[in-house]
Amino acid sequence: MNPSGHSWRCTPLHDVHAALGASFTGFAGWSMPIRYSSEIAEHKAVRSTAGLFDLCHMGELELTGREAGAALDFALVGRPSKIGVGRARYSMICAEDGGILDDLVVYRLAEERFLVVANAANVLVVRDALNERASGFDAAVRDASDDWALIAVQGPASAEIVSQLTDLDVSALRYYAIDEAVLAGATVLLARTGYTGEDGFEVYCRPEDAAAVWAALTEAGEQHGLVPAGLACRDTLRLEAGMPLYGQELGRDVTPFEAGLDRVVAFDKDGGFVGEAALAARRVAGARRTLVGLVSAGRRSPRAGYPVLDPSTGAQIGRVTSGAPSPTLGRPIAMAYVPVGRDEPGTRLAVDIRGAAEDVEVVALPFYRRNR
Amino acid sequence: MSVPAQLKFTAEHEWLDIEGDRATVGITAFAAEALGDVVYVDLPAVGSSVAAGEACGEIESTKSVSELYAPADGDVVEVNQAVVDDPGLLNLDPFGAGWLFRMRVTNSPALLDAAAYESLTGGE
Repeated sequence: MNPSGHSWRCTPLHDVHAALGASFTGFAGWSMPIRYSSEIAEHKAVRSTAGLFDLCHMGELELTGREAGAALDFALVGRPSKIGVGRARYSMICAEDGGILDDLVVYRLAEERFLVVANAANVLVVRDALNERASGFDAAVRDASDDWALIAVQGPASAEIVSQLTDLDVSALRYYAIDEAVLAGATVLLARTGYTGEDGFEVYCRPEDAAAVWAALTEAGEQHGLVPAGLACRDTLRLEAGMPLYGQELGRDVTPFEAGLDRVVAFDKDGGFVGEAALAARRVAGARRTLVGLVSAGRRSPRAGYPVLDPSTGAQIGRVTSGAPSPTLGRPIAMAYVPVGRDEPGTRLAVDIRGAAEDVEVVALPFYRRNR
Repeated sequence: MSVPAQLKFTAEHEWLDIEGDRATVGITAFAAEALGDVVYVDLPAVGSSVAAGEACGEIESTKSVSELYAPADGDVVEVNQAVVDDPGLLNLDPFGAGWLFRMRVTNSPALLDAAAYESLTGGE
C-alpha cells in the first residue's frame, strides 16, 4: 500500500510518519498517512482526548496590499474585507456560473495581509483564479504553499496540550481566531480552527520546523492521550460533524445554496463578485436539490455515488456524496443530495447498496455536536 | 510482513488452510491492513455452493467495501460467527481467530504458495 512508483510529494513529516508505522495513501498528489494503527481508535481519541494531524498538503495563498481585502471581496463569495485582524472566516470561491471552485478558510493576518487556505487538489485553480480576479486591484497574490507546514491538534485536550508549549494565552484565542506565537521554540501562526467537530488548533509553521513542532506536541500530548491521526479518521470525523468535503459534497456542479451554505454568500458587496449574477438567480429560483444527512439502522453503509431511491417506487431521486459507519454513533451515516421536498428530517428514503435497497431516514446535520 | 508457510493463497488476498477436501478460508494480513478497521463481514450461508473467483461475501471497513471471492469451487460447511459478531478479529488476527468460513473443496484452481504470495505483495 505504499504509493511509491508514483511521483507523490512527501510532506516534511513523511519520515516521522514512517517511523510511527503509518500506512500511506496517495491524496491530491501527496503521499499522506491514512492511519497509524486503527482509524477507529484514532477517531475516538480525537473525540475524547486529542489527535495530531499532518495537513502539510493544504495550500496557502497570501494576498497583500492596500486593496487585498477588496480583491478578496470580488474574488470570493464572502466579504473578507470585514474580517477583523487576527480572525478567520470559512468561504468559497465560485465560477461565473456559481459552481464551487473550492471551499476556503480566509485568515486576516494584518490590515493588508490575508492567508487563504485551499484544498490540496485545488491550489492551482484557486491561485490562478485569485491572480486573475485580483489583477484590477492594488493587491499581490503569492502561492506560499511551500513556505508553510501545517499541523493540527484536535480534540477536547488540545487547548491544554498547546498551552504547555507556548507563552500565548491559548484560552484567550477564540474559535476562528489566529495569532502569532512561539511554540516549542518555533515562530508559528496558531489558529483555533479545524475540521473535526472538536475544539482544536492548526499550527502553521516553517517546513524546517515541522518535525520539531510535531515532536513537541507529541511529547506534551502524551499524558493527555494524544495520538497521531491519519486521513481516514479525518474523513469520518468531518462526516460526523456534517462538514462538506470538496470533491464529495462540493464541486463545480454544486452551488453554495444546494450545499446548505447560503450563509457564506454576501450579495450586498459594493463592487460585486465573480458568480454574483448566477448565484442571485439561483437564490431567487431556489435550489432543486439539497444536502441532507441520512442514517440507517442496517449494518451496511451508504457510500459515495450510491443512488438514493424513493422507497415506494424504487426510482432514483438522489445521490450519496459521503458515507461510512460512524465510530461515534455506531451505525452508518451518510450525506446525500435529494430533491427539495424530500429533505425534511424524518423522511423515509432508501439507498441502493450494491443492488439491495436499504432503508434510511433523513436527519438534521450535523450527526455529532460536541458538548461545549 | 511474513505469511504462514503452510497456507495457500489467491491473488485476491484470500488464504486457504487445506486439509484433505476441507479448506479454512480467510483474508491475509496484507488485505486486512489495506482495508483498515473492518466493521462488517457478510459471509456465504452454510450449505451454499461457491465458485472459484466469484463473489461470495463482503468485507466493509470504515473506508471501503471489498468483495470476498471464493478461492475454490465447493460448498460452505461452516462460518465463523465470532468474526461476524466482532469483525475487528479480522484486523487483530487475520490468519487465526479472524478466519471466515470452511468449505468442502470440489475443484481448486492453481493457488499461490507463501513465497509466491509474498512476492505478489512486494514483500511488505
